Amino acid sequence: MSKTSLEHYLAEHPFFHGLRPKDIEWLAGLAQPLAYEVGDYLYHEGDESRDFYVIQEGLVRLEVHTPGRGYLTIQTLGPGEVLGWSVMMPETRKTFDARIFQATRLLAFDAAAVRKRSEEDHHLGYELCKRFSRVIGERLQATRLRLLDLYGQPH
Amino acid sequence: MNACRLPGFAYWTYMVNLISHTPGLDPMLPRPFRVARAIRETADVVTLELEAPAGPPLRFDPGQFTMLYVFGVGEVPISISGDARKPERLVHTIRSVGLATEALCMLRKGGVVGVRGPFGSRWPMEQARGGDVVVVAGGIGLPPLRPVIYHILHHRKDYGRVYLLYGARTPSDLLFTEELKRWQHTLSHAPGASPVLVTVDRAEGSWDGAVGMVTSLIPNLRLDPAHTTAMIVGPEVMMRFTIAELRKRGIPEARLYLSVERNMKCAVGFCGRCQLGLQFVCKDGPVFAFSQVRNWMTQKEV
Repeated sequence: MSKTSLEHYLAEHPFFHGLRPKDIEWLAGLAQPLAYEVGDYLYHEGDESRDFYVIQEGLVRLEVHTPGRGYLTIQTLGPGEVLGWSVMMPETRKTFDARIFQATRLLAFDAAAVRKRSEEDHHLGYELCKRFSRVIGERLQATRLRLLDLYGQPH
Repeated sequence: MNACRLPGFAYWTYMVNLISHTPGLDPMLPRPFRVARAIRETADVVTLELEAPAGPPLRFDPGQFTMLYVFGVGEVPISISGDARKPERLVHTIRSVGLATEALCMLRKGGVVGVRGPFGSRWPMEQARGGDVVVVAGGIGLPPLRPVIYHILHHRKDYGRVYLLYGARTPSDLLFTEELKRWQHTLSHAPGASPVLVTVDRAEGSWDGAVGMVTSLIPNLRLDPAHTTAMIVGPEVMMRFTIAELRKRGIPEARLYLSVERNMKCAVGFCGRCQLGLQFVCKDGPVFAFSQVRNWMTQKEV
């Protein structure tokens, strides 16, 4: 993907949509396209949060290993979704494993660089914080709905 | 509450006269049907294929339901889950949640069940023609939508991109798994498209699909939102969040349809048991345009 088409992709992506052109340009310069095969790990529980990711293709599973029950899936994330909302907070560590379940192409954004620029340019920092808040809110809402066990037997 | 309006005496007189003066039309009288096949779908869900020992088959449209009567136990409304083109086999998929549904799920080949109907409104198959279609099913919400899928398959060229989004509790709760695999190909609008998207709330072991809410599947669908019709069945909370997500995608409110469940007794608008605001779910529904029920869906105890 050329830099221009990457800028276009980011400008159209719901997470980045509405950012200033100079921010899109900077993020496109930062984005690292990566490809993973089935079974690869994007990161492991306990790893430092070095990047956040935009999944372009494939399926990533967030898992936790539990003795006696094996790997439990917390959630799967697919095309278009943003993974790694904790990057805006320094020195955080990953709380789950992220395993590639279908061959995946994604864009990785260096967390330290995003934080440094956000400190220097609070407008960009605030815009990114709003966007990550939306991601956190959607995850929280989905988790709450799943906790309700809506499809379970009525009591 | 100020908007409740019960039908007046003239309405009752009209209905009683209509029934008593129309030969062969007694919607309160069950017709005996025989179980031709009972299929156990999951631990608590059974599909019954019924045949009429005498008389014509029961013709229906996608979205309609019947009242199924287990003699000596009780009668319940159940959506028809079969193919409207094959009315000689009347198909219902039933989850065991109470006395009558438990008795229905216990029926075996040769068993007899009373059938009244079909009743109720239809899915907007005509209005949806020429555009994209999103079918969203949660849990036991898939069976009332299966006739929609059959209809689209019979008229595939009349519709654009078609998606079936299906959320279930666990992989072992998934219904019609063989058909879901087939529909991945037969519903497809283009090579490589994945029209059937399944997600579960919880997964362990060998499940190789998505885990999460069915609403999370909506943002990335390739659609022409202005010309997309959505048909939704599931728990009401799930339907509310699904509608919010579909609206975010720009699908017009007028193109959102859902099937509502309420306790029913008569199924013909007599008893008022299933009244939802100004509507009777049994005769004005169960399929409603969202605009018809929008204000009632957030009212508690309605």
